[in-house]
Amino acid sequence: MPRHDVLVIGAGLAGQRAALAAAQTGVSVGIISKVHPVRSHSNAAQGGINAALNPDDSWESHAFDTIKGSDYLGDQDAIEIMCREAPEEIIHLEHLGVPFHRDDKGHLGTRAFGGASAARTYYVADITGQAIMHVLYEQLMKHSGSVDRYEEYFTTALAIDDAGACVGAVTRNVRDGSMELFEAKNVILATGGNGQIWRPTTNALICTGDGIAMAYRVGAPLMDMEMIQYHPTTLAGKGFLITEGARGEGAHLLNAKGERFMERYAPNKMELASRDVVSRAEQTEINEGRGFPDGTVALDVTVVPKKRVHEALREIVLVGRDFAGVDITQEPIHIKPGNHYTMGGVKTDTHGATNVAGLYAAGECACVSVHGGNRLGANSLLDTLIFGRRAGEHAANRAKRTDFGRASRSVLADEESQISDLIGRERGKGRRISEIKLELGQTMDKHVAVFREKESIEIALDVVKRLKEEAKSAYIDDRGTVFNQDVLGAIELGFMLDSAECTCLGALHRTESRGAQFRTDFPVRNDDEWLKHIDLTMNGDGPEISYSDVTITDWQPQERTY
Amino acid sequence: MADYTLRVRRQKPEADDRGPAGPYWEDFEVDLDPTLSVLDGLLQAKDRQDGSLAVRCSCRAAICGSCGVKVNGQSTLACKTQLGEASEAANRLNGGSEPIVVEPMENMPVIKDLVTDMESTHWKKMRRVTPWLLDDGNPPERERVVPHENMVDITQPISCIQCGACVSACLSMEADPDFIGPAALAKAYRFVGDPRDVETDERLYDLAQDPHGIYDCTHCFSCITACPKGVDPMNQIMRLRRAAGEAEIVDKNNGHNHEVAFTKIIEKKGTLDESLLLQESLAPGIVGKMKPAGVKGLLESLPTAIRGIKSGKMRSISKLIPGIHPKLPGDAQDKVEKIYERAEKSRWQLNLYITGRDEDLTEAEEAPEQEEAKA
Repeated sequence: MPRHDVLVIGAGLAGQRAALAAAQTGVSVGIISKVHPVRSHSNAAQGGINAALNPDDSWESHAFDTIKGSDYLGDQDAIEIMCREAPEEIIHLEHLGVPFHRDDKGHLGTRAFGGASAARTYYVADITGQAIMHVLYEQLMKHSGSVDRYEEYFTTALAIDDAGACVGAVTRNVRDGSMELFEAKNVILATGGNGQIWRPTTNALICTGDGIAMAYRVGAPLMDMEMIQYHPTTLAGKGFLITEGARGEGAHLLNAKGERFMERYAPNKMELASRDVVSRAEQTEINEGRGFPDGTVALDVTVVPKKRVHEALREIVLVGRDFAGVDITQEPIHIKPGNHYTMGGVKTDTHGATNVAGLYAAGECACVSVHGGNRLGANSLLDTLIFGRRAGEHAANRAKRTDFGRASRSVLADEESQISDLIGRERGKGRRISEIKLELGQTMDKHVAVFREKESIEIALDVVKRLKEEAKSAYIDDRGTVFNQDVLGAIELGFMLDSAECTCLGALHRTESRGAQFRTDFPVRNDDEWLKHIDLTMNGDGPEISYSDVTITDWQPQERTY
Repeated sequence: MADYTLRVRRQKPEADDRGPAGPYWEDFEVDLDPTLSVLDGLLQAKDRQDGSLAVRCSCRAAICGSCGVKVNGQSTLACKTQLGEASEAANRLNGGSEPIVVEPMENMPVIKDLVTDMESTHWKKMRRVTPWLLDDGNPPERERVVPHENMVDITQPISCIQCGACVSACLSMEADPDFIGPAALAKAYRFVGDPRDVETDERLYDLAQDPHGIYDCTHCFSCITACPKGVDPMNQIMRLRRAAGEAEIVDKNNGHNHEVAFTKIIEKKGTLDESLLLQESLAPGIVGKMKPAGVKGLLESLPTAIRGIKSGKMRSISKLIPGIHPKLPGDAQDKVEKIYERAEKSRWQLNLYITGRDEDLTEAEEAPEQEEAKA
């Protein structure tokens, strides 16, 4: 049975950073990932990473932009930490070998990004996430003596002791189907977001919110689950991401009449307003008939010098060519708002600790909350690294004063029997897992998207509840042990439905408009009643709602214009 | 919407209630828009027909590198290959209404269906090249100051998503499974081209001396064709060779000598005098022929030469006897020398995708002025 002082689940940026930070303190570290680490979805972060590193910039300015971007729902203590520690983290990455692009003097170069009052986004072309993640994986290979990697191991559940502390996790080795209990003094969840609940989405197929649901199932509260970011520039139909870096480099948004419509919505920041603002503007144009017949508006990159496009926007040249048949250097490309990011997640403190002892969360699966109602572009990579590191360090220190625990029930046997029950279901009786996923995705994208209202959210919630029932008897085809992706897909569906239920409930409950939550029946922000987080804790088969305060340090809520 | 047939090479790793273990072909009919991908096709087959069809996949957008497969025999990403194009290619190949053939990647063992064992091949080779930055251990307080061009240069190998398509397509690896291979060598250039790495010469020496290293590549371009991200692994290998040459690393594989011999013969004669190539590669110049190693190499190569004659590969007299190789007609040889002069001027080139490796080279060159004008 594998045993580790710190067990990290998920090997994207947050997970890898947590593992490396924990290992540096000398404790025993294991990192589990259901895919090979370099397949993780941090790859998809294109544009860059924010830090106030220039002498004429300040962490306070970065913090204020982030707070304003969050529509004042972000916790200001956590945001201060993130923005203060950002410069050091960038330098650390540079020292590890991340090839950040430079200015003409050879110093770190920056680009402009949405919602930011200074150009403080550091980048590697438009593959920043990939470049950082591959460098961290290089470090994991380098430090293979102190970090054990379990690649292609799927985590099905967390193990809890009699006192309610997390003492490990149950995994299924994808290659041979064997199940094991990993014992750990601390578990760090770094499993990413849950965008697969929506269809289409920019998120990869692996983004099924596993950690969010696993934490919820052992009693950790979730927070801000209604805050779902729709990215302003995704490829129509397919949902692929076109980096905000394109607008950072100067690209325009145009409606079907050729108007730069952002003039009407954000006269100062134009295309570089916060993502929620830009997405709503686009959706309004589309809804009011000024979009293209395919329900889109256009992103015009032809105004950016071609050399700059080839150098700095290489990936989206390929995306345009390969997936839309469009040469973005020659003609505008059709885009629309698409599901992109989960601001909410497992509620943690500023060390990544959840309400369950020994259980941490970092990255997109966590809610510290630094993003509040709306995340700024290029703050997600920062979030993963800062809070991944902090969680790794804190968990390692906790490990030094804790012993290994004992799971209070035979969680391994329970998980095994659930899987054999699933495999044993008669084929053709009940629904296919894939059908349920499709219905869930389309329902959420229709009813819990850019604009929301009571009736539509209620429809979505009813569908989710019905799908939860149907999932109990849904069947799979594969009865084998080796690479049985059917079994994993069915478990993921369970995770997705738990998350979706919480998102619907949160969205229904918050009767105001703030950040990514825009209620057409409550179109105004209401600080008197709603300057607070919605927490969701599992009670029986469904979530129970409570509230927690937003931490405000120096910045009082103001009206938000761009 | 259109109907496509995907003919999938499947491999059942274990017997179950639906059949014995082993490889077999299975056709799946899918109904999708031609602009959707072969991966979309596989996923539809999986969703609607058989959930046991195994294929690694995640991002669907050619960034995660999971879905390396062969489509109609060509190593690529399933998500980056459109159904319409794949279907046309299949028809062209076979002259009729043929299914799109999807197979697991080559040069690595198959685990199940389209899932291969990359750990024992790709990743093992990756670890062979010391794939992390070796710095001086004394980083400055701030970032290291390095030229922007070098960071852009190594961004090309860093764009590698480790999908294995180049490994699958590599012909050298088929002949020599121990060849470090295109992906790992591209990764090696990522460090050799990085001014922050302090062990450049050591890396180059290591990769030049290894009989499965940089001189094991046969320059066949397969990896360039296969790479879905424009990393052009072979070009990175050539950069490593050039750097090794500049560092005057003479390898025991005679790889560098072979390259020099090749270049010099063409410079002198315009076409390849094969009778000289072998001896100049193994024992360059008069000095080389007096060295025991040179003599030994030449003697050892005799059987190969004889096999060449016997099999008819070396037919004409002019290819056997040194010195009577025909000259180029007219002033062609002068033109060859001009090409050499020009090539010498741009001997060391960084990765060029930024300055327009493709059709719009001229426009790209104009772009900096536009930028200035804008500023």
